[in-house]
Amino acid sequence: MIRNPTHHPDREMLLDYADGSLGEPAALVVATHLAFCPGCRQQVADLEAIGGAFLEEEEPFPVSADCLPGLLARLDEPAGAAAAPLPGAARRSEAADLTYLPEPLRSYIGMPLSALPWQPLLEGIDEVDLGVGRPPMRTRLIRVAAGTVFPRHGHTGMELNLVLAGGYHDPRGSFQRGDVVVDDPSINHSPVADLRESCVCLSVTDAPLCLVEGPACFLKPSIRS
Amino acid sequence: MPGNPTRRDMPETTIIGRAHAGSGLNDMVLAVARKRSRSAFALLFNYFAPRLKSYLMRLGADAGLAEELVQDVMLQVWHRAETFDPAQANASTWIFTIARNKRIDAVRRERRPEIDLTDPALVPEPVEAADRTLEVGQENARLNAAIGSLPNEQAELLRLAYYEDKPHSTISAERGIPLGTVKSRLRLAVDRLRRLLREGQ
Repeated sequence: MIRNPTHHPDREMLLDYADGSLGEPAALVVATHLAFCPGCRQQVADLEAIGGAFLEEEEPFPVSADCLPGLLARLDEPAGAAAAPLPGAARRSEAADLTYLPEPLRSYIGMPLSALPWQPLLEGIDEVDLGVGRPPMRTRLIRVAAGTVFPRHGHTGMELNLVLAGGYHDPRGSFQRGDVVVDDPSINHSPVADLRESCVCLSVTDAPLCLVEGPACFLKPSIRS
Repeated sequence: MPGNPTRRDMPETTIIGRAHAGSGLNDMVLAVARKRSRSAFALLFNYFAPRLKSYLMRLGADAGLAEELVQDVMLQVWHRAETFDPAQANASTWIFTIARNKRIDAVRRERRPEIDLTDPALVPEPVEAADRTLEVGQENARLNAAIGSLPNEQAELLRLAYYEDKPHSTISAERGIPLGTVKSRLRLAVDRLRRLLREGQ
């Protein structure tokens, strides 16, 4: 059953995505949410149309005289680096195993979730670092076993979560596939994974999470350098 | 008159004149896609290249880099024209997104995560949304008029959002406008433009 997401990036974040100012990790969250959410797709399309209208309004700045002739001479060159990678046949056939995750996340991961090098983080909780973004920004997949209670923690920065599989809840509500959840330093919670299956989230953080009880931050503080 | 070509930057293109702001641009991209028309491509170049250069320089590229990027953008227009779908976005919007992504790639050295509308894993549109892109050729003319009707402080912030490579929280700090005010102005502006877009159909 397809259920459309009920928790969305706020409108400011959609605008930052559409105007190009959002960094790659958060943009990956937003773009993947768009695959789940026709409503936000529509909003981004409208915001891009505003960008198109602004482009038409630009005061033209003359280009040098040899710009067009130079370009015309290059039109017959093979597309090569000029064209972004097309969603080609190879990727389409891989999709058979990977349909679980939509683009663009699927290409970033490049393998089925089960084949990823999961690292244990806490009891019942594993993670994989996707290496997107510059420290202290971290982009990870977090997998929480069904029914696991995530230890109570606070946030020293912003955390942006996209639910990819399963679901979880905290006092704010229930979060399911496609939902985007923002945790900021005002959030101190102990989320609980739903019982039916493991919960997998795409998580972007710009600072470590901190356990409220226990040793300290459980994400390696070294990432803050 | 915003949106209309001036004689200075496009002497050869007066034949298409005012048709530019509407479906004329779409037709030219389609001519590139279907007929590999170099003359249509040259017309697109004459209209968009000076505007793209201006946009890229506003976002901090120097003239040399801006012109390099303009060439990259227009090359992509040539090579990817067959992926242009006027039912999804008009030519200006399509080219804006190409320029935005090229700039992110070249200046920020980041990949740009983009949705793939042909992805089988995509959750489809509800059926009733399919009629939205009627009259897409008129969209920008209507949008330009709508932007012109926004209160100045809203229009100015909205422009800044597209012309600054930073989240608007940073814009707020730099302009000395409280973040809440920036957000509410942007929200009002966007809501109003989206409403006008819908009403026009």
